Amino acid sequence: MSWILIAEQSLNGLQFGLMLFLLAAGLTLVFGIMDMINLAHGSLYMLGAFLASTFVQLTGSFTAGVLLAIPATAVLGMALEVTLLRTLYQRDHMAQVLATFALILIINELTRLVWGSDASLPMPGALSGPVELMPGLPYPAYRLLIIVVGLAVALLLFFLVTKTKVGMLVRAGASNREMALAMGVNIRLLFTLVFGAGAALCAVAGAMLAPLLAVQVGMGENILILAFVVIVIGGIGSIRGALVGALLVGIVDTIGRAFLPILFGLFFQPRVASAAGPAIASVSIYLLMAVVLYFRPQGLFPARG
Amino acid sequence: MKTKIPVFVLLVLFPLAMLWADQLFYVSFASRVMIYAIAATSLNLVLGYGGMISFGHAAFVGTGAYVGSILVAEGVTSAFIGWPAAIAVSALAAWIIGAISLRTRGVYFIMITLAFAQMMFYLVNSMKAYGGDEGLSLRQRPSLLFDLGNEVAFYYVVLFLLLLSIFLLYRLMRSRFGRVVVAIRENEARAEAVGFPVYRYKLVCFVIAGAGAGLAGALLASHGKYVNPNVLHWVQSGTLMIMVILGGVGHLWGGVLGAAVLLGLEHLISDYPIGWLASLAPNYQQHANLGVGLVMLAIVLFAPQGIAGLMERRKNASP
Amino acid sequence: MKIKLLAVALCFAANAHAADRVKVGLITTLSGPNAAIGSDIRDAFQLAVKLNGGKLGGLPAEVIVGDDQFKPDVGRQLAEKNVKVDRVNFLTGIVFSNIMLASAPIAFENKTIYVSPNAAPSPMAGKDCNPYLFVASWPNDAYHEAAGQHATNRGYKNTYLIAPNYQAGKDSLAGFKRYYKGNIAAEVYTQLGQLDYAAELAQVRAAKPDALYIFLPGGMGVNFIKQFVAAGLSKDIPLLVPGFGDDQDIIRPVGDATLGLFDTAHWAIDLDNAANRKFVAAFEKEYKRLPTVYASQGYDSALLIDAAVRDTKGKIEDVEAVRKAMKATKFESVRGAFKFNRNQMPIQNYYLRVVSKDSQGRLYNKVLGTVFKDHGDAYVQDCKMK
Repeated sequence: MSWILIAEQSLNGLQFGLMLFLLAAGLTLVFGIMDMINLAHGSLYMLGAFLASTFVQLTGSFTAGVLLAIPATAVLGMALEVTLLRTLYQRDHMAQVLATFALILIINELTRLVWGSDASLPMPGALSGPVELMPGLPYPAYRLLIIVVGLAVALLLFFLVTKTKVGMLVRAGASNREMALAMGVNIRLLFTLVFGAGAALCAVAGAMLAPLLAVQVGMGENILILAFVVIVIGGIGSIRGALVGALLVGIVDTIGRAFLPILFGLFFQPRVASAAGPAIASVSIYLLMAVVLYFRPQGLFPARG
Repeated sequence: MKTKIPVFVLLVLFPLAMLWADQLFYVSFASRVMIYAIAATSLNLVLGYGGMISFGHAAFVGTGAYVGSILVAEGVTSAFIGWPAAIAVSALAAWIIGAISLRTRGVYFIMITLAFAQMMFYLVNSMKAYGGDEGLSLRQRPSLLFDLGNEVAFYYVVLFLLLLSIFLLYRLMRSRFGRVVVAIRENEARAEAVGFPVYRYKLVCFVIAGAGAGLAGALLASHGKYVNPNVLHWVQSGTLMIMVILGGVGHLWGGVLGAAVLLGLEHLISDYPIGWLASLAPNYQQHANLGVGLVMLAIVLFAPQGIAGLMERRKNASP
Repeated sequence: MKIKLLAVALCFAANAHAADRVKVGLITTLSGPNAAIGSDIRDAFQLAVKLNGGKLGGLPAEVIVGDDQFKPDVGRQLAEKNVKVDRVNFLTGIVFSNIMLASAPIAFENKTIYVSPNAAPSPMAGKDCNPYLFVASWPNDAYHEAAGQHATNRGYKNTYLIAPNYQAGKDSLAGFKRYYKGNIAAEVYTQLGQLDYAAELAQVRAAKPDALYIFLPGGMGVNFIKQFVAAGLSKDIPLLVPGFGDDQDIIRPVGDATLGLFDTAHWAIDLDNAANRKFVAAFEKEYKRLPTVYASQGYDSALLIDAAVRDTKGKIEDVEAVRKAMKATKFESVRGAFKFNRNQMPIQNYYLRVVSKDSQGRLYNKVLGTVFKDHGDAYVQDCKMK
């Protein structure tokens, strides 16, 4: 097992984890501040990818397309919040779960009506080759871009949340909503903005991952569960928790996919070893969640006292 | 009771009428609706009566389906063995999963049930010996004393099991156990303060529901002679939830109504094109889910008690 | 039992009057990353019917198209509907083996002929062979056997193998290994439908093989080849694929990175026979794109049904007669001579192809030579049919 392999797989885990973080950050804020379980969060990720694909086709530029998709998705998200989701804040979790599940179905079909069941977002030509990180370790340039963007957004978020007034209000709302309300914070506006920010983050993840994966209806459901697992591990309402949780999940997933099949291959036939790897990797992510919940039921970095 | 007797007679005569009209497909379809009704009723127990939002219910349906199928595939073709085995294994799975999950509350409970369901999904997917992603096809249905390959016979068996399930639910909810479960749902803290072992009651409720789901799963696999890991996917749990909500969460016939309406509408939309709608939107039949989503949203927002709830309101409202 | 017999008799009685047209159920993958494959099969099939004046074998044809969404349970439901409600005379169209294994048995159990335009899993060539299955494409292992032979011919000593973890994936690598005499560096099975191959590519790099053979159809192949090139591996490791691994549906999104890729297949655009020339020209004219092997198979499926119906003089309600006709039929296939084996899978040639540019600068697969002549499959001896 060469160090090159380890380095490359670590970068892969980092890349995956950072994108997961973008999704989890929005989800954890919405849950933490508005106490709302939003199953349709994955749909915003999907919309971000579809919108990016359309804008890239319209403008002919990858960068322009992605940059346009971000505010577009944010606007859609905020519209959704103002019209529909706002009514769910008062309802119990079951109603929120059912309503947002219904929303997934609706958004999926509307997307299908507007775009068809898939769209394509090709990788920008300049980035479709490798970059020689160090001798013997070429790494796909595009994945490096994802890592850079992910880190940049994470830094931006931290700056916003810890150093700005809005960020302070967000943190206040997350740790003690009633107090924040009592202090006269314009809670409705804050909620809408938080939701919009979450949608924007989803769009970044969706647009960035689109050239690597496929833009298709239903792409949100698969990644949604992982995002929920991340915020449960990290602690609801905490961005720092979302980052740590996402990186943990990214690492476990990559180790599972990369190294477990090799380990199993020593004992089992290739087909079984290859199937066991991803299966155990998924199971380990949930086991990780169970273990964290057992020792720290509020997650690793709970926002509330 | 007044509406129930004619409905019952209709249900009994239905397959004979279809047989005469050479439309056995609809008997098969009706069996499928009733099987889903059993599954939805079992979810209703834990979701509607018990107040536990379990997103992992599909895992128990799937467990029952796979146990039933694997036994037949391995040569055990008697349903007298296969179906009880499926119920037992699903109940066991529910006991294990419930024991761990019920130690948590709120969203954590939802997450953990979801996680367990996904774990089972991946586990089953990796069982290449039993088809993995392709699923497992059976050569024949399991047999009771008679051949269940006969659609009409199978229909009556399922009808009997469905009515039995409803009856059991009815008795359960009328019993002390049922009333405690509802009390826990209404106010858990108070129930605990009064001295009820809340955790134990919830667990038993969860296990009974899991057993019911297992039965439905075994029936589903027997009916279609096919099972595939998608049965366990969390989105399937969502579909079952839709049925329960649509029919009326916490109402005795909620699961049945929900399954009948959802599957019936689905079939009508995809197989019977409506002329004027088709000219407006040529592909509308492929977007049936849009209608389902809108209806479900409407119910959550405006009629949280579902169809059964609306019917009851009407009954209570009229003088 | 008596009730069943009565029902079946009624069915036949009802159908005896329905031979005024041919009903075909076409279930294929029309959404998701693999939609291009299903679209090709459907388009080619419908083209054949159109060129025939909207008829198959002299009877007006009604083709009922359904989308299996790459899901075995959806495919199976569509098969149920086609066979039991629409009462089709022929079922066809399925791309993927897992969907076919879930769906085709419905046709077999209900004495409906299934013509496969693609999937032909090895159990169905051997112990599970079925009189109602007719394969218009090739046995699942065939392309891979030819590739393995080619790899042996080329002297590759250490080959790395990747395929998705389902029946066809298993068949593919088994087929490759049957004719490849070198060393296997590794045999890796990915998840069906997987789109991100970062982890697998890192392993390939670490293993430093002589050659890499992948069976990744449709969207999986598109993503893999793109990521393979992006990781800088295309410079060092020759990539070998089965014929559809770098066909038009992959060439279109991937582009020039496919130039120079070798593959093996039973058909190519430049095969020189009258039927093929007509097909390629008509397909291009109608759909403004070059056909893939899938399209050629869909087209041949239609021609096969057309020949069988013609040979029974339109009496298609007699399913046994149609079967016999189909097994013995001679038709002008776009691949040249067409012959069924005992297990109703084709015996045919397999060619080595390479992605090149034609006179108009378009990328296409050019035939370089023949790897196998009149090649059957390795499972026929297990088949109990005569």
